[in-house]
Amino acid sequence: MKRAMLVLAAVVVLAGASVAYVVHARDRGPGGVEANTVPVVSGRQLSLRGPERLLFRNTAAGPDFGRLSSVPSARPDAIREATGLTCDRFAVSAGTGLCLTARPDVLPPVTDVLVLGRDLTVRRRLEIPGTPSRARVSPDGKLAYWSLFVTGDSYAETGFSTRAGILEVETGKLVKTIEELPVFRDGQRYFASDVNYWGVTFAPDGNRFYATLGSKGKTFLVEGDYANYRGRVLRENVECPSLSPDGKRVAFKKRVSDDPAAPWRLFVLELASLKETPLAETHSVDDQALWRDDSTILYSLPRADSGSDVWSVPADGAGTPALLIPHAASPALSNSGPPM
Amino acid sequence: MYIATARATPVGDRAGLARRVSGNVLALGAVSLVTDVSSEMVTAVLPLYLVLGLGLSPLQFGLLDGLYAGVTAVVRLLGGQLADRWQRLKAVAGFGYGLSAVCKIGLLLAGSSVAAIGAVLAADRTGKGLRTAPRDALISLSSEPDMLGRAFGVHRAMDTVGAFLGPLAAMAVLWLSLGSYDSVFFTSFCIAAVGVLLLGLLVRDQPVLERTVLESKAKAALGLLRLAPFRRVCAWAALLGLVTISDSFVYLVLQRRWDIAAVYFPLLPLGTAGVYLLLAVPLGRLADRVGRWKVFLGGHLALVLALTILCGPFDGFALALCALALHGLFYAATDGVLMAAAGPLLPPELRATGMALVQTGQALTRMLSSVVFGAAWTWWDVRSAVAVTAGALVLVVVAAAIVRPLGGRA
Repeated sequence: MKRAMLVLAAVVVLAGASVAYVVHARDRGPGGVEANTVPVVSGRQLSLRGPERLLFRNTAAGPDFGRLSSVPSARPDAIREATGLTCDRFAVSAGTGLCLTARPDVLPPVTDVLVLGRDLTVRRRLEIPGTPSRARVSPDGKLAYWSLFVTGDSYAETGFSTRAGILEVETGKLVKTIEELPVFRDGQRYFASDVNYWGVTFAPDGNRFYATLGSKGKTFLVEGDYANYRGRVLRENVECPSLSPDGKRVAFKKRVSDDPAAPWRLFVLELASLKETPLAETHSVDDQALWRDDSTILYSLPRADSGSDVWSVPADGAGTPALLIPHAASPALSNSGPPM
Repeated sequence: MYIATARATPVGDRAGLARRVSGNVLALGAVSLVTDVSSEMVTAVLPLYLVLGLGLSPLQFGLLDGLYAGVTAVVRLLGGQLADRWQRLKAVAGFGYGLSAVCKIGLLLAGSSVAAIGAVLAADRTGKGLRTAPRDALISLSSEPDMLGRAFGVHRAMDTVGAFLGPLAAMAVLWLSLGSYDSVFFTSFCIAAVGVLLLGLLVRDQPVLERTVLESKAKAALGLLRLAPFRRVCAWAALLGLVTISDSFVYLVLQRRWDIAAVYFPLLPLGTAGVYLLLAVPLGRLADRVGRWKVFLGGHLALVLALTILCGPFDGFALALCALALHGLFYAATDGVLMAAAGPLLPPELRATGMALVQTGQALTRMLSSVVFGAAWTWWDVRSAVAVTAGALVLVVVAAAIVRPLGGRA
């Protein structure tokens, strides 16, 4: 009897502690603190028209944590303006926006895929299982594509796999995963049970694309033809390719070290010559780079405390990296894509 | 704790069950139930937390994680060995449960450091490895030898209820806390602490044996394999492990072949667990009546049937459900039943060591089988790989049935 009372008392105390913790967490909000830790103008409307703005996910702790925010492209140090939209990953091209958000309270994880118009109104909404990894829109604004992390469908029991999908914005036609893409390596059809794709990027013609193929512990750069739906392996050790606006070069992350804490470095590959150049950024970058123009590359780097910053580095391997926006991730340019 | 027994037992038999399964087994079942709620809460949110909460790269993390799988097998042997040497089954199991509970707080403190999170998860696995063998030894020492199948059935059913409730609890906490992962970890710690308390207050340790007996037996730990019946059980269990297909492959084949939408994919393991939950007690009782080895081999035949459906010519959706149910039946007829079969073959003072040996042997051959199956899948194709596995499994089951490693008793 005495033991039963002890158990009961302990359960009551521990349950109380849990409830107190949950209530406290609820009051702190998603950013962990009650006020924004950097200056933010909250609740602003945002449009993809007008003077170019730099869009990003605000990662400064506070009520606007995770919100899609922006600064004028010409003055990145201006006070950030936050919208009401929460995006884990965000991309824009030719007036089409793509916002990926993981549902906060659904298990197994499900991601809301939102395709947005010029006024950031929702044009299409999909629910796809997985956790957001990469998001991009084709230069012509007609294709939206993403990579999601998926757990539990790999036979490497505890491992993760990634799944890349493509949506045709006008028709709503959806390719849930490009895993079935017939791929040729040195002229031979490549078959493996563990094929994974991530980091898709399309050329200005809206048909040629590049993506990372992961299989048997290696990564490959695949060049694809969307209309004929086939691909070929171009090169090994290329992840998260990103095509330059002129369509001639690919920025990517290359595995350069076995150190699991810092495995990658940013490179640029010239497609005609397959010549690769390391960029001046020496920190390990785990991001799909974004071309600000034909000579500048944007990417996010983790901060020492927590969260990440958006940095900028020249695309020719010269110069030095520069901090562009602190407490930010997933950069995008409101006017990117061909001139309208 | 009555959810498990009520669901898993025919209605008229409930009183009989409560009378005959020892209170210690029910207490251990309650500890496992509560602990599984706690650990499954974390397992369910960990991928989200790592990728979105911390911005880590999960592919990079998967590599870290794979390294620990082998360590767990070795730690399990250590747990059994220490528990027997000190004759402190409850204390070693308690240390394992306690270590895993503390690790939940460790996740809160580790922040975004990959090294720290890796260390915390390794410690968590160590705790799980340490506690398994002494806990199973306690179950077998707390039950009459002719009741072992039922006792393990009750324990495993309760354990599985916990695994069901964990993800639901995690979702509830995420919903209430507006998506705070820290709250999930803290709640998980509180629940794990309740499990440790239940163990401390409600579970009785087995009586300490005479010192002299212990000293004479201390060297016998590794000589357990000289006990012929036990050695044969170990060897056949390991051999069967080698021709058994791992769960995730079963789900992957099911998904590919029947094109199950990815949203439902994570529900497949719940299907297996549901059948396991319902059948663990009835099959444990059956094993007590007709022989544990027969039921153990019968379970493997259920897996053969499931594999035949997976690579067979018919595509009906009902068949996919059958395969899933047979997979659950396989677990219900093999997991606890093997422990029930091995228990009585071991002297009480070396029970934990012996159970760890059986489990580790089986775990290691299953890991090897996964590697081989993965390679076979890549070289040939899914159907051939499944068909060959099913064929090999039939051969080994038939051989084991002819040899009858437990002699006339089973």
